[in-house]
Amino acid sequence: MLEWIGLLPAFPLAGFLALVLTRGKLPRRIAGVIGVGSVGLSFALAAAITVEFLGSDALSHTQVLWTWMSVGNFTPGFSFYLDGLTVVMLLIISGVGFLIHLYSTGFMADDPGFARFFSYMNLFVASMLVLVLADNLVLLYLGWEGVGLCSYLLIGFWYDNPANGYAARKAFVVTRVGDTSMAIGLFLLFQQLGTLNIQEILTLAPQQWSEGSGMVVAASALLLGGAVGKSAQLPLQTWLPDAMAGPTPISALIHAATMVTAGVYLIARTHVLFELAPSVQILVAFVGLATLLMAGFTALTQRDIKRILAYSTVSQIGYMFLALGVGAWSAAIFHLMTHAFFKALLFLAAGTVILSLHHEHDIFRMGGMRKKLPVAFWSFVIGSAALTALPFTSGFYSKDAILLAALEQPQYGTLLWLGGVLGAFLTAIYSFRLVFVAFFGDDHTQDAHAHHSDDHGHDDHHHGPVKEITGFVMAAPLVILGILSLVGGFITVPVDSVFGVHEEHHASTLVHGFMIAVPIFGVLISYLLYSGAPQGRVLQQWLKSMRESAFGGGLTRFWFSGWGMDALYNLLFVKPFVALAQLNRKDLIDQFYGLLVELARISNRAIVLTQTGYLRWYAISLIGGLVLVIGIGVWA
Amino acid sequence: MIVVWLILILMVGGALAWVTEAMDSRLPRLTALIVMLFSLIVVVMLCMNNFPDPLSPGGQWLVLEKWSWIARFGIYLQVGIDGLSLLMLLLTVFLGLMAIGAAWHEITERPGFFYFNLLWTLAGVVGVFTALDLFLFFFFWEVMLIPMYLIIAIWGHENRAYAAMKFFVFTQVSGLILLLAILCLAYFHFVQFGRFSFDYFELHNVVLEGRFQMLVMLGFFIGFATKLPAFPLHSWLPDAHSQAPTAGSVLLAGVLLKTGAYGLIRFAVPLFPEAAADFAPVAMTIAVIGILYCAKLAFAQTDIKRLIAYTSVSHMGFVLLGVYAWNIYGLQGALMTMLAHGLTSSALFMLAGGLQHRFHTRDMGQMSGLWAKLPKMSAMALFFSIAALGMPGLGNFIGEFLSLLGAFQANHVAAIFAALGLIFASVYSLWVIQRVFHGEFRVPGDHGAGHGEAHGATAQDLSSSEMLCYGAMVLGLVWMGMYPQTFLAMSEPTMAFLLESLGSFVGSVVSTAEVLP
Amino acid sequence: MPSIPYEHGLILAAILFVCGLIGVLTRRNIVFILMSLEIMLNACGLAFVVGSARWGHADGQIMFLMILTLAAAEVAVGLGLIIQMYRRFHTVDISVLSEMKG
Repeated sequence: MLEWIGLLPAFPLAGFLALVLTRGKLPRRIAGVIGVGSVGLSFALAAAITVEFLGSDALSHTQVLWTWMSVGNFTPGFSFYLDGLTVVMLLIISGVGFLIHLYSTGFMADDPGFARFFSYMNLFVASMLVLVLADNLVLLYLGWEGVGLCSYLLIGFWYDNPANGYAARKAFVVTRVGDTSMAIGLFLLFQQLGTLNIQEILTLAPQQWSEGSGMVVAASALLLGGAVGKSAQLPLQTWLPDAMAGPTPISALIHAATMVTAGVYLIARTHVLFELAPSVQILVAFVGLATLLMAGFTALTQRDIKRILAYSTVSQIGYMFLALGVGAWSAAIFHLMTHAFFKALLFLAAGTVILSLHHEHDIFRMGGMRKKLPVAFWSFVIGSAALTALPFTSGFYSKDAILLAALEQPQYGTLLWLGGVLGAFLTAIYSFRLVFVAFFGDDHTQDAHAHHSDDHGHDDHHHGPVKEITGFVMAAPLVILGILSLVGGFITVPVDSVFGVHEEHHASTLVHGFMIAVPIFGVLISYLLYSGAPQGRVLQQWLKSMRESAFGGGLTRFWFSGWGMDALYNLLFVKPFVALAQLNRKDLIDQFYGLLVELARISNRAIVLTQTGYLRWYAISLIGGLVLVIGIGVWA
Repeated sequence: MIVVWLILILMVGGALAWVTEAMDSRLPRLTALIVMLFSLIVVVMLCMNNFPDPLSPGGQWLVLEKWSWIARFGIYLQVGIDGLSLLMLLLTVFLGLMAIGAAWHEITERPGFFYFNLLWTLAGVVGVFTALDLFLFFFFWEVMLIPMYLIIAIWGHENRAYAAMKFFVFTQVSGLILLLAILCLAYFHFVQFGRFSFDYFELHNVVLEGRFQMLVMLGFFIGFATKLPAFPLHSWLPDAHSQAPTAGSVLLAGVLLKTGAYGLIRFAVPLFPEAAADFAPVAMTIAVIGILYCAKLAFAQTDIKRLIAYTSVSHMGFVLLGVYAWNIYGLQGALMTMLAHGLTSSALFMLAGGLQHRFHTRDMGQMSGLWAKLPKMSAMALFFSIAALGMPGLGNFIGEFLSLLGAFQANHVAAIFAALGLIFASVYSLWVIQRVFHGEFRVPGDHGAGHGEAHGATAQDLSSSEMLCYGAMVLGLVWMGMYPQTFLAMSEPTMAFLLESLGSFVGSVVSTAEVLP
Repeated sequence: MPSIPYEHGLILAAILFVCGLIGVLTRRNIVFILMSLEIMLNACGLAFVVGSARWGHADGQIMFLMILTLAAAEVAVGLGLIIQMYRRFHTVDISVLSEMKG
């Protein structure tokens, strides 16, 4: 079975080719079967491979498909590497991917670009699988850029709206900034170690470099640059909220469950480098902490259902980075997995809500939906519970592991832990704010349109009656993901052999109790603030007055804009670049040559002046010249 | 003899195309097609015979022949083919075929003379890629330029006279400088060995004193860098490209630019190892400036052909960077960039030509949302733009990655700045897609979406023969991206030989400890 | 026979030449210009003859004969052109006809 590992990405790739080459002429049924089936096959194969791999004693398995290129010492292969970490990623990608594909057949059923959608999705899954299977960093980079491309294509899927195109380009370019940093990191690693094979790097690095030496710090910092780009961490997080312009299943698959966690995977995969560079590793932790807090505050103020989830994704990946930064590798991967379950669930449920409400995104224009949209409601409750890390949900176990690991960090443990707990508190508030506002209280769907939060190209805001749209294909993934979100915490990720340590964290009961109490307290606050419950009137009044005060209003706007990062980048990078480009549209160098031409022309004109047409002038100049030459000849 | 035959086939074919015009105006293109197909077969056979297995490279010179020409001045008809030449020949004949495909429906006026010029340009290029006598080399250098000038001047667009003249002046001036440098070299051979020689192998023995070597080397560099084009000498290219007919743009971008890079690899560096080593940092700086500056210019253009032209300059910066890194990674990277860029830029120019053919404008501001009406064309444009921005799995990535990998070993700073070009490339590539193919459907002379009977609304999507052309290029790029070893193996012996004979001059590799903390 | 010093002959030739030159430069009537040109030619001829007498060589005289024939041919062509010019433009003033200027 293990030797068939090459087929894992081959199935979706074949699906992609089949869908592209038939150019949407296939009937939807068949296109859907190809699109979903190819990922399904991958999942089945991944499951079989996992069973066989975990059943055997082997710690890893390498499969060389072919030599990609061979230049000097640089011989990256198309070769796949399988170990515990890969297995976890494979199952998440193909499994969650399969469920989301299935869901999409319902969600996209009426879209004219049905086949195109599935072709991109298949290409995405193929690239993502290559990313996690790659045994060298160049192949990983191939997958890395491939998923970025698919992300671009899918964010801009509804291409007739320029706003979607803008979001797509922003996503691609911002991540490319990170990718470039990563590419430079690869050059550095190759120059220093003479190989880009991951396992060789991990063995060679400790031999070559002492802890904290300049090279390893530079290399790991550059890799971190790639990771923050892909995983939407500070300072490159700005693309993710805008990426919600894509169809909702895309947000679930790419911008929640899989692609955005690629940065976490990269750091975990090259963890030896980060261990050798403690300064960078602690930087990872602080990047994660800063991001999770920033995104948490921002999520508090958002109105768009998908943007709330997007910021919560940014924030949860912040937790994973925090875990990586304190060396809790398996906790990070564990959280990656549970996050994939509950965030996919939340996004798919959000998709159902959006579709049922005729592409309404604003949660303040929903309200009271728990009766009308029961499946979505329960999905949201389960998903939010897991996201908030309420006890016995999957998120509880993973977040617990991260926070305990953070507390054990020798230098900044308490600070990191406190920040993480504050983040958990915020998570509880904003996720249940969404639940209470959208699903409790009065129905606001028929309100006049004050805000038109349309980030969707189709103009079908015809506000018919609200009716939950769920077929089997859309409900089944929700149910399965719901179950996984609840019980996913009991799965153990088989990554101990990869990281060489078995992590176990202990803390006093007091700490445990505190960590259980904080999210529950957050939910309570959220209930009082947003459900319109009479017990919370004081708090609601306070919130209202805060929002109306100058400071509170300003703060809200500041948070709402994502801490003004977009405006800042616009001012710092986009505007100067565009201005410079406009200024020099005609190419200064070309104008320089134009100047030469002009000079020639002017001198031509000057010489032409002597050509008067009067014979006598010519004769005089002739004689004058002659006299001059003879004079010079005689006297000189 | 095979080289001579190849050149003769092209030249005679060109003459034949001109003659047959009188009989039927469709005959010239048919003649040209047959001639190109035949040349392609010849070159492919040459590849297959010499490189049966990409993993075991053979010897260096596959063909090496010499006949006397003007013996008094040591001028010989000396030609040779090695892996590098062969790859360039492959690119030349392949793109020649594509150019004929591009011209098939576009050129209706004096087709005989057009195909004559086309084939003669190609003959000149084949000569340039095979000549090993510098006089012969220069001869072919001129042979390829004059028909190209005519192609731009006669079949070009609205501003063709200006563009053609600019092209001509730039290439002639730089050609003159190149000639002077060649003559200098031949003369010094006379001084040192008692006879003139233009022989590539003999000229290696000429010893030039430092300052002077630098001057002569600069002569070669300017000659080739203008053709490449490198940063301050690039300004002829946007005009020539935007005014040339599609087939002309294809040849210019795909093939003629590569002669500059080829000249650098074959002559400018190996003949003057010390000067080139000293010059390398400057050349790499020029390359980096070119990459970034022209990427920025590309972003600002509204004329789609001008935009693609600037991206060409930007991409050729990677070639220059790779060549002057002068290690196996850089050289092979430069080579792969040349091949892949040949295909991408040609395809993009053909697409731009297709747009102009359909909508009679190159102004991107007037088109939008073409995906809705021209899905095949849009998908192709997307593919080639993605290839151009260096997507792994396609040829350009291999080239750029290897170039940068090599450059990083030679010069950290240059490589890091050049890598920023990857970001800019994504900015302008995606911007084109957004402006032309995404958004609401709108075409020139058609205001309001989707209705209106302007010519744009009824524009045809790609025909099956066009799809065949693009399909071939797509396959080529995927091949280069997924299994570049086929091509790398062919050039490996040549590059290894060049490096070995010179010693990697980048003994001046900056030791990393000095640069990074 | 006491010969005339050759300097005198040369000075005369120079004076004649300058007279002719001044005529060419100042006259606008093309007939006069042609005449002035003739004077200059003859001045050259005179110089040749003087030179030939000075060195006792026949070359200068042969040259003078050539100049004579040349002058005859020139006058023939020149007058023909002048007549054509007068017919077409009704003037012999060359300034009026100055068309070849930049």
